[in-house]
Amino acid sequence: MSWMTLSLTLIFVFIPLLLSKTLNLGLERDTIVATLRSTVQLIAVGFVLKFVFDSEHAIFIILMVLLMIVAAVQNARHKGKAIKGITWKLFVTFVAIEVLTQTVLLGLHIVPPTAQYIISLSGMVIGNSMVLAILFLNRFTAEVEAHRDESELILSLGGTPKQSINRQLMKSIQASMIPTIESQKTIGLVQLPGMMSGQIIAGADPVQAVQFQLLVVFLLLATAAMTSVLLGFLSYRSLFTERMQLLKIDLN
Amino acid sequence: MNKRISNPSTPSCALELDCVSYSANHTDIIKKVSGQFPRGKITALIGPSGAGKTTLLKLCNGLISPVEGEIYIDGKRIEEQSPMSVRRHVGIVLQSSPMVQGTVKDNLALPLQLRGKTLSDEQAIATMDRVGLPSSLLTRDARELSGGQKQKVSIARTLLNQSKILLLDEITASLDPSSLREIEDLIVKLNETEKISIVWITHNLEQANRIGEYFWVMVDGELREVGTKEDIITSEDEDVKRFVRGGLS
Repeated sequence: MSWMTLSLTLIFVFIPLLLSKTLNLGLERDTIVATLRSTVQLIAVGFVLKFVFDSEHAIFIILMVLLMIVAAVQNARHKGKAIKGITWKLFVTFVAIEVLTQTVLLGLHIVPPTAQYIISLSGMVIGNSMVLAILFLNRFTAEVEAHRDESELILSLGGTPKQSINRQLMKSIQASMIPTIESQKTIGLVQLPGMMSGQIIAGADPVQAVQFQLLVVFLLLATAAMTSVLLGFLSYRSLFTERMQLLKIDLN
Repeated sequence: MNKRISNPSTPSCALELDCVSYSANHTDIIKKVSGQFPRGKITALIGPSGAGKTTLLKLCNGLISPVEGEIYIDGKRIEEQSPMSVRRHVGIVLQSSPMVQGTVKDNLALPLQLRGKTLSDEQAIATMDRVGLPSSLLTRDARELSGGQKQKVSIARTLLNQSKILLLDEITASLDPSSLREIEDLIVKLNETEKISIVWITHNLEQANRIGEYFWVMVDGELREVGTKEDIITSEDEDVKRFVRGGLS
């Protein structure tokens, strides 16, 4: 696809702009900003990736993955600002998931140890983990605040902080995992995943594209479970004082 | 005016507060409160809304900590004891009587379950009997109970921790007169037969009159008067006079 052809796709941007203007949705500015940001970010990433892929140097791969993790932490941490030390907790979660998944993928020779594979799969893992973390933090803090009387009851009877919010923790882990599980149930029926479609458009063998997509599906399932569980267990203690008292959570 | 009745280490005192203050969101809720709750007696904690009574009970149960001052349980500083043992020793029954999801038996079993133990059927029946509830309710959904039944389950649940001090936060506020008297009789019986020290917040001055052996009157976060009924009636404090006028006799 040439840059000229690509520019024709801006027609798809004019549609929401037109609708926003006509229906007074007030989304024109945001639409333009989103279009400009995605264009600049993706073009920049394209050149960076080209450089990293060409160099095949481990340090650039690590730096690229670290950049993804830092960006994901930056984006997700606002949702968990009520939790003390949320920045490093998110960082530890994303790093642990990345290390674990790459160890399995590379250790078992499931994918070759090249920048092309490592960075692409890391992007999917970290991106999914970030969305999961946001969903989990949103739900967890809201659940704890909504069931404060129940938690205080358990604490007042001599329960531990973990016992007092166990139900809310499990419910939030479950709730944050449901979208991933549900979307994967209909994969191939309702939607063709982006990566698979991209590979097919680029001329790859559809069966091989399916194989890679399955790898990603399984990877994302594991990511979903690990993100919520790890983040949940790292975070819940921060909602209590040293004297096992439940702190007030600012949901705004 | 903050009064002391004896030394904290004396056995006559179950709980003592020494110059305790608490504030939240830059508002002073408890202001330098010093006083004692006598052992084995029912203390009626009275005062107008917003006086800080519930906050005071939460401080005594360790659900919150004072920003200043000390609380002593049986002469020992609360901060030197583990929060879990404090909360088991000083039980609290909240006005809302929250129930966890499940049956009445699940709720009764909660204090034991938190310690990794189970509640036998015999124990459950005996506990229901102790608070005057029929054992047929054990399999009922706890959230479907009436207000009075919930309060009795709450009391029974707290008692399973073998608490020696019981803090009651307006537990009869929303009950009909007959349930109210049943709860009063139950608390008086527990106090008499099991020598449990009781601190009972009530808005109902007639009730305070019936059950209170000792009184604390709080106004605007301060302990304005303590003592026997006569001490309260003859108080010089204008706010106390206004509050108890016609209520205590």
